[in-house]
Amino acid sequence: MRIRLTLLIVFIPLVLYGQEQPLVFRGAQLYPISRPPIERGVLVVQHGKIVAVGPEGSVSIPKEAIVYDMTGKVIMPGLIDTHSHIGRVEGGDRSASMHPAVRTLDAIDVRHSSVQRARSGGITTVNVMSGSGHLLSGQTVYLKLRKGNTIEELLYCRDPLTEICGGLKMANGTNPQGDPPFPGTRAKAAALVRQQFLKALAYRRKLEQAKGDPEKMPERDLDMEALLEVLDGRRIVHFHTHRHDDILTVLRLKREFGFRVVLHHVSEAWKVADEIAAAGVPCSIIILDAPGGKLEAAEIRMENGAALEKAGVDVAIHTDDLITDSRWFLRAAALAVRAGMSPEKALEALTLAGARMLDLADRIGSLDPGKDADFIVLSGNPLSGYTHVEQTWVEGQKVFDRSDPEDRKYAVGGTGVFDDGDVFVHEGH
Amino acid sequence: MQSVEPACLTMAMFSFMKVTENKRWCHMKAWSFLLALSLLASSVQAQLAVRADTLYTMAGAPIENGVVLVRNGKIEQVGAAQTIRIPEGYRVLEASVVTPGLIDAHSVVGLAGILNYNHDQDQLDTSDPIQPELRAIDAYNAREKLVEWVRSFGVTTLHTGHGPGAVISGQTMLVKTRGETVEAALIDSVAAVAATLGPMVERYFRSPGTRAKAIAMLRAELLKAQAYRRKLQDADSARRPEPDLGMEMLVRVLDGQIPLLITAQQVPEIMAALRLQREFGFRLILDGAAEAYLVLDEIKQAGVPVILHPTMVRPRGETVNATLETAARLHEAGIPFAFQSGFESYVPKTRVVLFEAAMAVANGLPRMAALEALTIQAARLLGIDGRVGSLEPGKDADLVLFDGDPFEYTTHVCGVIIEGELVHETCR
Repeated sequence: MRIRLTLLIVFIPLVLYGQEQPLVFRGAQLYPISRPPIERGVLVVQHGKIVAVGPEGSVSIPKEAIVYDMTGKVIMPGLIDTHSHIGRVEGGDRSASMHPAVRTLDAIDVRHSSVQRARSGGITTVNVMSGSGHLLSGQTVYLKLRKGNTIEELLYCRDPLTEICGGLKMANGTNPQGDPPFPGTRAKAAALVRQQFLKALAYRRKLEQAKGDPEKMPERDLDMEALLEVLDGRRIVHFHTHRHDDILTVLRLKREFGFRVVLHHVSEAWKVADEIAAAGVPCSIIILDAPGGKLEAAEIRMENGAALEKAGVDVAIHTDDLITDSRWFLRAAALAVRAGMSPEKALEALTLAGARMLDLADRIGSLDPGKDADFIVLSGNPLSGYTHVEQTWVEGQKVFDRSDPEDRKYAVGGTGVFDDGDVFVHEGH
Repeated sequence: MQSVEPACLTMAMFSFMKVTENKRWCHMKAWSFLLALSLLASSVQAQLAVRADTLYTMAGAPIENGVVLVRNGKIEQVGAAQTIRIPEGYRVLEASVVTPGLIDAHSVVGLAGILNYNHDQDQLDTSDPIQPELRAIDAYNAREKLVEWVRSFGVTTLHTGHGPGAVISGQTMLVKTRGETVEAALIDSVAAVAATLGPMVERYFRSPGTRAKAIAMLRAELLKAQAYRRKLQDADSARRPEPDLGMEMLVRVLDGQIPLLITAQQVPEIMAALRLQREFGFRLILDGAAEAYLVLDEIKQAGVPVILHPTMVRPRGETVNATLETAARLHEAGIPFAFQSGFESYVPKTRVVLFEAAMAVANGLPRMAALEALTIQAARLLGIDGRVGSLEPGKDADLVLFDGDPFEYTTHVCGVIIEGELVHETCR
C-alpha cells in the first residue's frame, strides 16, 4: 500500500506537467515581455517549462519535438489577472469587519463556467479574492488555471496546510463602511486596522518570548498567524482603494507596519502618482468604460496607467471580473494605451508586472527559459480589437482552443454556456 | 435678434469717439448687439471644412480624400477633395477617418448620473408599474458628466429617457449631446414609450410578480387606452373623458404616432412582445433582445427592428444567454438594428456604443454594417434620418473625427462636431 502511494505521488507531477516530448512553436511573432518582440520566433517547451526562446535559426529544434507552425500568429505570456472574483468565490461574513483567518481557497468552485471563461480570455494566473465590503475580507488565493476539477489542482502552493497560497484582501473608503462592527467613518476604519496589527505585534512578542517552549507558547490564533505572515513580508496585502486620501492612508499604514502592499483599483492614482512612486508601492488598476458608480470612483481616469508609468510606478491591470469580463482582458491594455500608456508597459501590465505583484516573477510573466510554459496564441496584434485569443496553454498543456466548438462557446457565449448554477468539468477527469 | 438704430451701430464701430452723456444709452445698446453677433459667429455659425483620408458619408461608398463643408450648422457640400473648393474663411480640420455623429440608440444617460445615488438616478420611479405619463424632458440633466463622456467618444445623438424595470416606465426622448438645458439639447421630446417584460420588473414591484401577470397588466392598459380613444371621439363633448396624461400617451402609441419600445431579453418575452404588437397594432421596437438569435425568423417576419443590448453585456440574469455574435446574426438575417449603451445598476454607469460596435465587429459583424448601425440605421429606426445619420447636404453637421480605424480601441476621437460647433477638440 505504501509503495503504491509513493508511486502515485511520483506520478502526479508527470500528469500535471504533461508532455515528455518537446513542443516547438515556430514562425509566430513572439512578445517575450522581458525583451523586445521577436519577428519570427521559436518557442520550445518541455515538461511544462519553457526550454528556449529566440529568433528562427538561433534556436535548435529537438529532433523528437512536435512542431506547430504558428506563422502569422502572435505568442505572448499567459495573462495574469491580479484581481478577480471568478469561481463564485466567498470570503468573510457580516459577523466582523476583519477576517484574516478566512481562506478563499476553501470557497472557490473551479468548475464554475467563469473559470473557463477566464481561460478563453487568455488568463493563466489569477489572484482570486473576496469582496471589498470588509476592511479585511480574507486571504486571496493565487490560482494557475491548469485543467483540473479541484482547487488543489489549481493552487500555486504545494500544500495549503503548510504554505502560504495567496495574499490578504483589505479595503478602505466607502465600501467597508456600515453599522458596527463595521466602521462608520474613514478614521474609524484606519483605527480598527491599526489596532488589529498592534494585536498581531503583541502576539509575535509572545511567540518570541516563548522561544519555542511549548509551555510558554500562546494558543494558536488563525487570525494572528495570517497577520504575522503579512508583517513578516511573506503574505502580500492587496488593498482596494479609490480616493486620493484613502490611497495615502494605505501608504501611511504601510509605513507604520512595514507590510508589502499592492494598491488595487486606485481610481484617483493620477492625483497622487508621485506619492505612490515615492512609497515604492505597485498599483493594480482597472480600466472602466465610464467613471462613476459611486462618489469615490467618480474621478477614475483611463489615464491612470499613463500617469503611474510616467511617475515610475510598477503598474498591473486587472479585470475585477465580473466588473470587467475576463474574456476581454487584452482590451483593457488597449484602452490604457489609448489613454497614453506605452504599448510595452501596457502589455507588461497584463503579464510580468502582475507576476511581480504576486511574488511569482521567477515562475511566470515572461517568455524566458526556465519559466512555466504559460502562453497564449493570438490571431494578431495583442492591442488590436480584431484580435482573438486562439489558444491558451498552461504548463505546456492546451487549456483553451477557439477552434474547438466546446471551448469557443466560452469565448462568445450562447444558450446555456454561462449560468450561476453552471459547472464546468474538464473532460478526462 | 434685437433691432438697433443705424446711428447707434455707426457710433459703436467708432467707439474711440468721445461718448457724450446723452448718447450713452444708444452706445451700450449697439455694443450688446455686436457682442451677440460675434457670439453667434463664434459658435453656431462657424463655417468648417473637414477633410478626411477616408470619409464615411453613410450615403454611398466611402470617399477617399473627402471633404465636408459645414455652414450655419448644416452640411453644405460633401465630396472628393478635388471636386470641392473650400471657400475663404472656412476653418479647415483634418482627420484620418470621419463619420457622421454616432447615435446611442437607447440610454438612460442624463436621467441616470455618474454618482449612482438616489439624487442622480431618475430613470425609474417605482411607485407604480405603469406610468406612461412620465416625461423624459422633466428629468434630463443636460450638464450630467456622462453626457460629455459619451460625446467625447463620438456620440452626438442620444435616445434617452425612462429605463427598463417597469411594465411602462415612462417616455423617452431624443437629444443632441450638447446644450446646457434640455431645451437646448432637444431633438424630439417624445421618442417612444418604454415598456419592459420579464423578471427584471419583478425585482422592483410586488405586482406584477410573474411574467404572465405583467403581460395581462399591459394588455389591460392598452384596452383601457382603446376605450379612452373611443370616448374622446364621442359626438357629445360632455361624455368625453377627463384629460388623462397616461392615456393620452398610450392613444398616441395606438395611433402609431410614437413607438412602444419593449425591453425583452429572453425568448418568452420577445415572443410576447410580438404577440402584443399583433393584438394592438402599435409600432414596436424590440429592445435588448439577448436571445434574438433563437427567433430570428419570427422577428424578421414581424418586420420589427431591434435595439440590441450592449455587446459586452454581462452574461447573467435575463442576459445570461447573450452572445457576442448576435449583431452579426441580425445583420445576416436582414433585421434592422442599432447599438445601445443600455443600463447598469452599478458600473459602468454608461457604456460607449463605439466600443460595443467594435466588439460586434470583432465577432463577425462587417465593419460597414456596424457603422450603419451606429449612424443611418439608428437614425431610421428612431425616425430622425431626415436630420442626422449621414453626411448629406442639408442635414445637421454632426461629425466625428478619428485618427485611425474607429473600431480599434487604440484609435482616438480627435474631434466631435454638433450642428457645426466643434464641441470636443482634444484626442480621447
